[in-house]
Amino acid sequence: MPGAVPSGIRLPVFTVPFSRISESVMATKDIVLDHVSIRFGAYTAVDNAHLVIKGGEFFSFLGPSGCGKTTLLRCISGFSDPSEGRVLIGGQDMKGIGPNKRPTALIFQNLALFPLMSVADNIAFPLEVRGVGRRDRRKRADELLEMIALPGVGDKKVHELSGGQRQRVAIARALAVEPDILLLDEPLSALDLKLRHHMRTELRTIQQQVGLTFIYITHDQGEALTMSDRVAVMNAGVIEQVDPPETIYNRPKTSFVASFVGQSNAIEGKVASQSGTLVSIETPLGRLQGRAAGGRQYKSGDNCFLFIRPEQLSLGDGLPNAVAANWVKEEFEGNARQMFLEANGVPLRLSRVNLGGAADTLSGASVPVGFEPDQAIVLPHGVLAGA
Amino acid sequence: MNRGTGGGAVAAGFSLLFFSFLFGPLIIMVITAFNSSSFPRITPWECFTTEWFAVLFANDRLMSGLLNSLVIAVSVVAIAVPIGLAGALALSELSSRLRAVLYTVLITPILIPGVVLGISTIVFWGALGRSVGAEYGSFFFDGMFLTLAGQVTFISAYAMLVFLARLQRFDPILTEAALDLGATPGQAFRKILLPFLGPAIGSATFLTFLASFENYNTTVFTILSGNTFTTALASKVRHGTDPSLSALAVIIIGITLIGAIVHEAHTRRKEVLRTGIATRSRIYGNPVLKTLVHPLTVFLILAGIAGLATWQGTRHDASVCKQQILDDKRARQHELLEEQRRKMQEQQKTTAPVTSPADAAGKANPSPFGGAFSPNGLTPAQEEQAPAAAPTETPAKANPSPFGGAFNPNGLKPSQ
Ligand SMILES: Nc1ncnc2c1ncn2[C@@H]1O[C@H](COP(=O)(O)OP(=O)(O)OP(=O)(O)O)[C@@H](O)[C@H]1O
Ligand SMILES: [Mg+2]
Repeated sequence: MPGAVPSGIRLPVFTVPFSRISESVMATKDIVLDHVSIRFGAYTAVDNAHLVIKGGEFFSFLGPSGCGKTTLLRCISGFSDPSEGRVLIGGQDMKGIGPNKRPTALIFQNLALFPLMSVADNIAFPLEVRGVGRRDRRKRADELLEMIALPGVGDKKVHELSGGQRQRVAIARALAVEPDILLLDEPLSALDLKLRHHMRTELRTIQQQVGLTFIYITHDQGEALTMSDRVAVMNAGVIEQVDPPETIYNRPKTSFVASFVGQSNAIEGKVASQSGTLVSIETPLGRLQGRAAGGRQYKSGDNCFLFIRPEQLSLGDGLPNAVAANWVKEEFEGNARQMFLEANGVPLRLSRVNLGGAADTLSGASVPVGFEPDQAIVLPHGVLAGA
Repeated sequence: MNRGTGGGAVAAGFSLLFFSFLFGPLIIMVITAFNSSSFPRITPWECFTTEWFAVLFANDRLMSGLLNSLVIAVSVVAIAVPIGLAGALALSELSSRLRAVLYTVLITPILIPGVVLGISTIVFWGALGRSVGAEYGSFFFDGMFLTLAGQVTFISAYAMLVFLARLQRFDPILTEAALDLGATPGQAFRKILLPFLGPAIGSATFLTFLASFENYNTTVFTILSGNTFTTALASKVRHGTDPSLSALAVIIIGITLIGAIVHEAHTRRKEVLRTGIATRSRIYGNPVLKTLVHPLTVFLILAGIAGLATWQGTRHDASVCKQQILDDKRARQHELLEEQRRKMQEQQKTTAPVTSPADAAGKANPSPFGGAFSPNGLTPAQEEQAPAAAPTETPAKANPSPFGGAFNPNGLKPSQ
């Protein structure tokens, strides 16, 4: 029953089964994507991915559906070769090395547990194909079940487990032969919200305990931001930015990243002038000022976007970058209130922490808002997420 | 559905008609197997007998044909199932364009009439045999080999269709997962795909066995001068039928029923075990009942009943009753003859045209089913007369019938 979580689920204690923990933390292998492109006919699914994933890192690929995340992951795990470029693991070129020979284990988008086998047989499968004896296999499977806090379910069939339990069995199976790199393809997408949050913590704990490199794929930014050491944001096959979560959120480098990660008000405009990092732009809401991301220099007349997060938009008179907006509606979200405004055809969103007071009755009224120039980011014109 | 509108009665009537249409012939056939009348019929009921089973088993041609059929069927299974599996696997791996081509090639033998397949098999292997200078005794001219070759061509396509249907439900991700976890492609095949195909291998085996066993169109050519069960059966029917065929039907129906019931017990048990309601179920929760409905127990019980019935059957002796019937018939025959003689004398007096006694017998045909079960249905009258006529020589000789030649003197002891 995936619906009800797990007040009973203990956080697992990962002490037992890793013979090489200390060693593996030392000897983890870097993964290098060296100008990797992957094409299906004329269609480019991954375009010139170039980055280094450090050993022991929790690295996420974040991007909307269909942007090429799975394709890239399958390439790393050996199901396809790149059309161009190289994949190196621990300094070794992986070209021509099949998935069964790579030090990677992939957790599939749908888990791909073997439905005809018991849970223990599933977990012990990697050992079975390596010729480990039946009794040793069973012992190891029981150790791993202990680790994922599911002792005693070894003889059950896979379909008898809940979604979250299956999830953990898939992880145990992937860890059974102590791979260097664990690749996870949206493993939480099938779970309900609460379980998803719980599993996030669990995954992160597992990763820290066993010291493996995790490469995690998701289109859920919450997952990517909470768990990862670094995040790569992808759009339409292109990796737009690789940075730690906070940098991704606070200092996006492209319009796509700014609009995809978190909520943002995007205001289109033309650069009027720049002094230092401060850029003035001409917008339908008047002249506004923001910070030029990454010390970029703009020429006047450049098309650009100004991004301001809903929580950084404030209500009130006399603020810098003052805008006169019209109130449209308000949504209550528990911890916050979202105010939807509109100014000269541009939709704006303002969020305020819910301090328990009653909702303002601003229906139809004109609302003065403003924001600090330092908190708004000016980025060159580009595609926006969901546009 | 709605009784108020009379729909219920119509539906019930229709179902009744439908089921009697389906099962009526089978039921009648089963009954005829136990009637001592030498033509398969229900009325007049003569004696309850089990002798037709003995007659059936004493028929060498049928029995050797049965052996041939079994040998061929087992060989066909052994060849067609692997070929079908290979074909299905190849199809699921290919690009869609090639797949369409290969599919057509593999499926064509099913669409070609069996007769054509049979003839072309003989012609092909014959020509091949002659071109390599093989002798007539070699396998190129051996009925068993040719039948095997001919049947495999289209039966492996059946097997392939079964495997294709199952493969379509296979998630290829599972094979990838196995590879990713370190399995070689061979291990992934043996440990993941093959177990998944298990049920399909079972049904393909069953299907190919049956298809081979019951095949006639192709086999009748390729078996040459030999015999399989079906060809022996067909020639027997052509030469006049007797209730030993009904006895055969009884055996086949019995085996089918036992198989179906055991299979049902098996699937129910599996379903209960799978859904895990076993402990709560009234039957499966009870240890005694649980053993009782286990497929093996069910099979043993049914096999026991069948064995008991067979044993009882072998002890049954219908000779007294049959003698009685024979005597009755003789008396009746005698009566008829007397009457006829009298009539003829009267007619001779009045110079009326001669009436054939066969006509009289034909009109007096007591069976409501007439010759419905006889492939010789066109001449039921003669068959009717046969048992009565043979023992009484006088009437047979006195019979002026133009059908005389059709009277089977062996009608009483169908030894074929
Ligand atoms: N075998 C293939 N042949 C042709 N096109 C493919 C193939 N596999 C993937 N694609 C295309 O490549 C693109 C990227 O697919 P991919 O599965 O990597 O997306 P994704 O980012 O994993 O999406 P999701 O979040 O929905 O899983 C898609 O547009 C898809 O149609
Ligand atoms: Mg995907």
